[in-house]
Amino acid sequence: MTSSTDDTGVQPGGNNSLPAAIELQGISKAFGLVQANKDVSIKVEAGTIHGIVGENGAGKSTLMSILYGFYEADAGTIQIDGKHVQIKNSNDAIASGIGMVHQHFMLVDTFTVLENVMMGAESGALLRDSVIAARAELERLEKEYGLHVDPDALASELPVGQLQRVEILKALYRGARILILDEPTGVLTPQEAEQLFRILGALKDQGVTIVLITHKLREIMDVTDNVEVMRHGKMVAHRVTSETNKEELAELMVGRKIRADIQKEDANPGATALVVEGLTVRDSYGIAKVDNVSFQVKTGEIVGIAGVSGNGQSELLEALSGITALDEGRISYGDRDVTPTAPVNPEEVRKLGVAHVPEDRQKLGMVTDFSAWESAILGYHRDDAFQKGLFLDPATVKAHCASLMDRFDVRPPTPEIKSANFSGGNQQKLILAREIDRNPKVLLVGQPTRGVDIGAIEFIHRQLVDLRDKGGAVLLISVELEEVMTLADRILVMFEGRIVAEVAGDKADEKTLGLMMANAMTEPEMSDEQTDGASA
Amino acid sequence: MSSSPTKPLPRWIDVGLVPILNIVIALLVSGLIIFIIGEDPWDAVQIMAYGALGFDEGIGFTLYYMTNFIFTGLAVAIAFHTGLFNIGGEGQAYIGGLGVGLCLLVLDTALPIWILMPLCILVSGMFGAAWAAIPAYLQAYRGSHIVITTIMFNFIASALMVYLMVNWLIKPGQMSPQSVTFADQSHLPFMSEVFAWFGMEIAQTPLNITVFWALFCCIALWAFIWRTKWGFETRAVGHNEPAAVYGGVDPKRTIMVAMLISGGLAGFVGLNEIMGVHHKLLLNFQLGYGFTGIAVALMGRNHPFGIILASLLFGILYQGGAELAFEMPKITREMVVTIQGLVILFSGALAYMSVPWVSKVYNILAADKPVPAEGEA
Repeated sequence: MTSSTDDTGVQPGGNNSLPAAIELQGISKAFGLVQANKDVSIKVEAGTIHGIVGENGAGKSTLMSILYGFYEADAGTIQIDGKHVQIKNSNDAIASGIGMVHQHFMLVDTFTVLENVMMGAESGALLRDSVIAARAELERLEKEYGLHVDPDALASELPVGQLQRVEILKALYRGARILILDEPTGVLTPQEAEQLFRILGALKDQGVTIVLITHKLREIMDVTDNVEVMRHGKMVAHRVTSETNKEELAELMVGRKIRADIQKEDANPGATALVVEGLTVRDSYGIAKVDNVSFQVKTGEIVGIAGVSGNGQSELLEALSGITALDEGRISYGDRDVTPTAPVNPEEVRKLGVAHVPEDRQKLGMVTDFSAWESAILGYHRDDAFQKGLFLDPATVKAHCASLMDRFDVRPPTPEIKSANFSGGNQQKLILAREIDRNPKVLLVGQPTRGVDIGAIEFIHRQLVDLRDKGGAVLLISVELEEVMTLADRILVMFEGRIVAEVAGDKADEKTLGLMMANAMTEPEMSDEQTDGASA
Repeated sequence: MSSSPTKPLPRWIDVGLVPILNIVIALLVSGLIIFIIGEDPWDAVQIMAYGALGFDEGIGFTLYYMTNFIFTGLAVAIAFHTGLFNIGGEGQAYIGGLGVGLCLLVLDTALPIWILMPLCILVSGMFGAAWAAIPAYLQAYRGSHIVITTIMFNFIASALMVYLMVNWLIKPGQMSPQSVTFADQSHLPFMSEVFAWFGMEIAQTPLNITVFWALFCCIALWAFIWRTKWGFETRAVGHNEPAAVYGGVDPKRTIMVAMLISGGLAGFVGLNEIMGVHHKLLLNFQLGYGFTGIAVALMGRNHPFGIILASLLFGILYQGGAELAFEMPKITREMVVTIQGLVILFSGALAYMSVPWVSKVYNILAADKPVPAEGEA
């Protein structure tokens, strides 16, 4: 919702008297048989925010990696500020004034912000001079761009939003005048994202050129001046942001019309499938991450848990799936009661008919080094159907995987390919296939569409609604408010480990939910829920 | 600074060409050293090759060394697949041998060989496994780093053996700490004897039928790692522990199981040495096999088939090196160890050194052909 141009009124076109900050001509790049970029040309005016959108695997990141020197293009030329340059490695890129903020931060946890910023750019044998210089430079950057981070804080102690600022500072410290951000909001809360966009606006006002890679169209509409659409390695469209809209961009991205909202019938809730009562989970410091939480999920309904990331949703999901132990309270899956004295493990939870699509698919959901057919049975690998005597039966498992891939439209549908080599959306579809395939009584889903492209989002949402309609109880945890509102029949709002409100799915609106997520509401609903929790 | 290779290397280059290149580099450096001390490197290579593979006695010794390397190489590999680095093969082999020795000291005349054989396989494996179990437990349940504990356990094993041999197991009335020789009927048949059953005559070498057990272990371990649910869990823990936990795997138990197997495999060195070769308990029969096993596993890319090849190579180096020291007066025993060290250095520690060059060359060559010749190896 933020506006990049705030009150400064910089015109979207940027300063046209300057040469283009970046001009790529005819860039092509192939990995083996895969043509990641095909004759891509793009021109980024100095002092503008330039968006590049496209589905996962469209070639956005490859293009930027070429610009930043991670890969060398097979063909094509690069011009920075009107001059032809050869970028063979990231040092060349930095020398040309290009800075990159990666999707995954490249910081040393045990270093302070200051140390992280100056790392690799120190001069002299002794650190002292560099530290003084870096501190002064950080202060200047803070003044100029309003980028405040405590220089002496340890990286490990900062929230993600701040870490991202450190990454931006790192680039600026090295003299970057062109900043590439690769999916910068993937890990941010909406509030943090808004702050980021404010910072980007300030940077732009100071003449920094920004390239924003994302697949979130709202961000493109909110902050960019120009937008470029990539599909299948090719640049398919260029638009001035103010002259286009989300629907058009979405169509260009996927090459067909997208239904904005998923069609779903009213829920038809039945018996209670999952009961949570007074659930408390503490971290190793004894702080309650999940604090006296109570709720129920019935068959045939989707219950959504909304909340700003980091308010206990992850811990709740891990406790429900048996990964972490509960400290107080009770979870009941049908007839099995789990209490601190009667703990459960993920294997047993699965046997009780509870499936779990974890929040972090690469860290939890699959082993990226495994072949797809191996990842397709993770958690069910002890199943007798997959064994032949003492041994796993690869033929059976591969056939099983191929069938999952076919039904859930996983591409490419080849079980032998390494799990890591699938795009995010296809990895997610494979995990979803694995978990939904057994018609679970309860499905726990965390961030089902994080980092997933639009086409796959639609498909994944459809699957969740279908499971509900077949009588499954679905607990959906997502930081995407839109997603929760689209799917959930009931929405619970989580704040600091507690459930602070409950709203019916069709009565929810973004503004009210947003306020609830920040715990800035005083409504009867909310106090009701709190009393409920306390009495349990 | 990081320039990723543009095309992934096909498998035959990765597991075939690169290791061979590493050995060639090591041999070139060795050749240089041999040249500097005034011998002819080409002669040296010929002597080594002939000494290791040129006649039946040489082959016998080469395969005997190979047998030990297979066991310790497999031991390192299975631990590696679980994400652990078992440096304790040395100690586990030592204690495995102790187990066999104790068993045979008591039972060498009491039981027939066809019972002693499986019994000693079991005992050597169990003793080796037991020695690995303590570091494994400390790693899994107490978080002590297994590299540190297994190294320490090598020293403890060494001290324990000296104590036992000097104070308890020594054959009375002699100076050297060796036990009495086991009864003839309890010895594993040498390969020369096996060949003799079929009427063929080959030179008498330490090579005994344990070599078959070693090859069987390769197949069994391959099947375990890639074809069973337990191996699946082992690899899941090794590659991504949180995902393994999510999948209902208990990493602690998996670590225990993998390390017991690892220790057991290392323990089989004791079977080969004590029951197959020396026929009595003695000190330092395991010397160097445990550590070389790390290089073997690295070179064999932790795959049983690769480990067979790497073990064979190290067998050739051991045996050929011994011949070399014998034939060339200027090349001492220490010189041979240096050559072995260079091979370990280039194919173990610097295993991936040549990859960027190979990758560059491959990319230049493959650029001409848009469809890369995919390796079927």
